[in-house]
Amino acid sequence: MIVLLPIAALVWASQKDGLHQFWSVATSPEAIAALKLTLGASVVVSLVSAFFGTITAWVLVRDEFRGKSIVNAVIDLPFALPTIVASLTLLALYGPQSPLGIDISLTRKAIVLALLFVTLPFVVRTVQPVLLELDLEAEEAARSLGASELRVFRSIVLPNILPGILSGVALAFARAVGEIGALVLIAGNVPFKTEVASVFVFLHIQGGDQAGASAVAVVMLVISFALLLAIGGLRFLATRHERA
Amino acid sequence: MSIEVRNVSKRFGSFQALDDVSLDVDGGALTALLGPSGSGKSTLLRIIAGLEWPDSGEIHLAGEDATPLTTQQRGVGFVFQHYAAFKHMSVRENIAFGLKIRKRPKDEVRSRVDELLDLVQLQGFGDRYPAQLSGGQRQRMALARALAPEPKVLLLDEPFGALDARVRAELRVWLRRLHDETHTTTVFVTHDQEEAMDVADSVVVMNKGRVEQVAGPRELYDAPANEFVMSFVGQATRIDDAWVRPHDFELVLVPNGSTREAQVERVVHLGFEVRAELVRDDGETLAVQLTRDQAAQLELERGQIVYVRPTHQTTF
Repeated sequence: MIVLLPIAALVWASQKDGLHQFWSVATSPEAIAALKLTLGASVVVSLVSAFFGTITAWVLVRDEFRGKSIVNAVIDLPFALPTIVASLTLLALYGPQSPLGIDISLTRKAIVLALLFVTLPFVVRTVQPVLLELDLEAEEAARSLGASELRVFRSIVLPNILPGILSGVALAFARAVGEIGALVLIAGNVPFKTEVASVFVFLHIQGGDQAGASAVAVVMLVISFALLLAIGGLRFLATRHERA
Repeated sequence: MSIEVRNVSKRFGSFQALDDVSLDVDGGALTALLGPSGSGKSTLLRIIAGLEWPDSGEIHLAGEDATPLTTQQRGVGFVFQHYAAFKHMSVRENIAFGLKIRKRPKDEVRSRVDELLDLVQLQGFGDRYPAQLSGGQRQRMALARALAPEPKVLLLDEPFGALDARVRAELRVWLRRLHDETHTTTVFVTHDQEEAMDVADSVVVMNKGRVEQVAGPRELYDAPANEFVMSFVGQATRIDDAWVRPHDFELVLVPNGSTREAQVERVVHLGFEVRAELVRDDGETLAVQLTRDQAAQLELERGQIVYVRPTHQTTF
């Protein structure tokens, strides 16, 4: 009820003016540009955070260094920070008055950076517990059978942490698609350039175009759902042996 | 392939795991490393395998210095107590792993895996995942996996430690038979002296990071090198300065000068033998083992007074 009712209401609102109208709004150049940008940025961000999130989790689990517990605590910061504050922080750091001399505000780089900031903890936090539970002796067994370190990672470690990575990626992707707070200040919402779908929806609602907003929202919903389903499918394949 | 351990020491923090250990294992032998936990036996095995590095000392395999070689380069087979199964791979894939690393042709891999499934009696289990096997089956799979690349040395770290008594006894016999067929130099670690004596040709007794004695099972029991071996391998009671095995006591009902008085504390009937706990007049407890007939003749029961004399004792 909690999930399905609002979705039904959204779909209902999107086709109030007829399917034809729905289609023409959803395929308007501005809407398509926004959707493309959102999905493109989300996919890039998910992949990058899968990579760096896994490395971060690996270092936190397998390596010993001073200040490890501090780093471990700081990882969650993007979760704790209100996203608008995150946006403000990023603007201060990488905006026109950047102390680093790097101004990427109003660019797509800023979108990717902001989304990375808010999604990195997902993969770290889903991979970390899986890594902790890995059977180190299985890795030793592989080594004693002649496997190089690279091969051990590829054949023994990766297949076991892949479900965790995929869960993290799914969460990161969902968050990236829907993120608005972290983007509004630094990305600038220039149509066709840095206007993401969530901002598009927001602006059209403000402009009184509920049908247009709903149309784009429904398309986002469908695409997100399809992608999450695909990730779920991959995860299903990766955990085949657990159900056997 | 022979194994030679020369003056190996290893320390973990403040714990001296191995203290200047030297050991020779002949090619083709079946050897047990026996000792209580913390005696360094597993550490020694892992150092031979290249899974752990010695702080000092050398490991020679087949006469060649293997100390600088990684575990990948040493080509030994290793079996872990908790199976170390590759959970995401089927039994076949587990066994084939070492062969695939060596890039053997597919046909050869398939026939070798079939052969090994036969050997470890897991025919028909090839497509299962480790989670679907019992502990004994998983350990047999791990053995087949270690044997697949035909290692010159097979090392087993408490291989039967996680299994129940019946399966353990079965696998013991099976390991012995396997060795008699393949004659692969085999070293296994155990804390169970019965297991060591049952399976191995030669037993290395370890304690506190040192080798106490290396001998065959019989010699170990009959001629222990020191008090530790005497008390660790088989039961023994210390009487004054001498050690007496439970079966080396004579019990009589009438004192005869050389005997001493004792009271029966407990009688345990184990079927083929009877064990009794006696408390001597000076408070010393003796563990005594009798045959059924002897116990019947004495009509042994709790609280009874008997007279006891050691028939054989060992002093160090």
